[in-house]
Amino acid sequence: MSRRVVVTGLGAIAPNGNGIGEFELALRKGRSGIRAIPKLEELGFGCRVAGVPQGVDELASATFREDELLAMNANHRFAALAAVEAWTDAGLARPAPDGSEPDWASGAVIGTGIGGMDTIGEKVVPLTDAGKVRRLGSTAVEQVMASGPSARVGGILALGNQVTTNSSACSTGAEAVQIGFERIRAGLAERMVCGGSEGASHYIWAGFDAMRVLSRIHPEAPERASRPLSASAAGFVPGSGAGALVLESLESAEARGARVYAELLAAHVNCGGQRGGGSMTAPNPAGVVRCIRGALAMAGLAGRDVDLVNGHLTATGADPREVRAWSEALERGPDAFPWITATKSMIGHALGAAGAIEAVATVLMLARRFVHPCLNAEDLHPEIAPFARAIPLEAREAPELKIAAKAAFGFGDVNSCLLFRRWDA
Amino acid sequence: MEQAELFSKVLKIISPFAKNQDALAKVGMDTHILDDLKVNSARLVDVVLAFEDEFGIEIADEDVDDVNTVGDAVRLIGAKLG
Repeated sequence: MSRRVVVTGLGAIAPNGNGIGEFELALRKGRSGIRAIPKLEELGFGCRVAGVPQGVDELASATFREDELLAMNANHRFAALAAVEAWTDAGLARPAPDGSEPDWASGAVIGTGIGGMDTIGEKVVPLTDAGKVRRLGSTAVEQVMASGPSARVGGILALGNQVTTNSSACSTGAEAVQIGFERIRAGLAERMVCGGSEGASHYIWAGFDAMRVLSRIHPEAPERASRPLSASAAGFVPGSGAGALVLESLESAEARGARVYAELLAAHVNCGGQRGGGSMTAPNPAGVVRCIRGALAMAGLAGRDVDLVNGHLTATGADPREVRAWSEALERGPDAFPWITATKSMIGHALGAAGAIEAVATVLMLARRFVHPCLNAEDLHPEIAPFARAIPLEAREAPELKIAAKAAFGFGDVNSCLLFRRWDA
Repeated sequence: MEQAELFSKVLKIISPFAKNQDALAKVGMDTHILDDLKVNSARLVDVVLAFEDEFGIEIADEDVDDVNTVGDAVRLIGAKLG
């Protein structure tokens, strides 16, 4: 059994806009969500900026009950807000808190990369070390357990199908989409809320800062700090938030007359085996190429069919290698290259949420026929400079868009690639 | 502290956890916290911590075992406050 899968709902909690309306506007305007974070300076971090969604607590208070909020850290709030938005955006009703039958045909895969480190750092460790375990109350476990985000969403939406959290570092959000896609294709579910979330916490970012992979430039001008594709790229800017997509079988979407954004033609994942130049922290280029080609083969497409690439592109030394991998996989040189852009230029790298938020951005660009700018790419890296005509420094209307690719790569040398087709194309 | 005031403070702490709004609307001393108000039993530990913070008392685990109704909580706290 292999069924067609479409995207019928979107949700986003992003550093540059909450809700898909605000998020789309921010993407079109090239609005950066990177801000100075005084706490990072106070703690002596090299990186002093980050992408953190604004106004989330107010939004959460308006969306969830008081007892739910007591057990929701930032990661849960981001995940649940994005998932509820995607669900209602798909035209599905939010179920009553009690008494309603579970929706046995619907599930969720909400991934996270690091998880509830704020709860661990601010509550579990200090209270436990102080001999005050009892003071943790009943809500610590659900906020730190790996599956917390999906468990939260499953309860709010009364989901009765598979409800799980995946984790594959920075590939997580896109991999979640792949898992839901396979489940619907196989006929095991009709709808899957898929995405990823990542909390905003200096405890999450500390290890990356110690690795010296975070951007230390432009603390005085945060919007300039995230510079994918740029010669002056100097590491990624940590981000946070959540993205969610309602994937649905075409039959189900048609039966209920749902609005369709795009068809998810293919979702492919693999691992470079930490060989051939790949390692715990760097991708094996052969793995990346195979992942993209695997998605193309699944979709029955050639490289020339792709109109837009929303790359992983973190603003590290890996960007030139990624562009080279796309060029090889699509068999297209600089003169014939499709649009390539990086949502991270506006929101930073949201780790486990990145692939999901950026997949939402990709579907929005495709459905609404525009390409968002790649900020701070005026000074292209010399190896990328030949591709200049494919890199939008400003937003472009793009009525020709039909096929868009979103890839995400993560520590552990894991890769994922999604291919979307505009529904009315 | 007057029992009416104590009742009101206890109720304020329990209310966010109550899933049965109808039962909450006609709550009294005999209202059962789990069975009537439909408070999730796992959350009782959070309710007890909130009692401790609000009233500056300590409530032992074995005391909690005897709290079933709103009245039980009010009487326990009243006794602790002396």
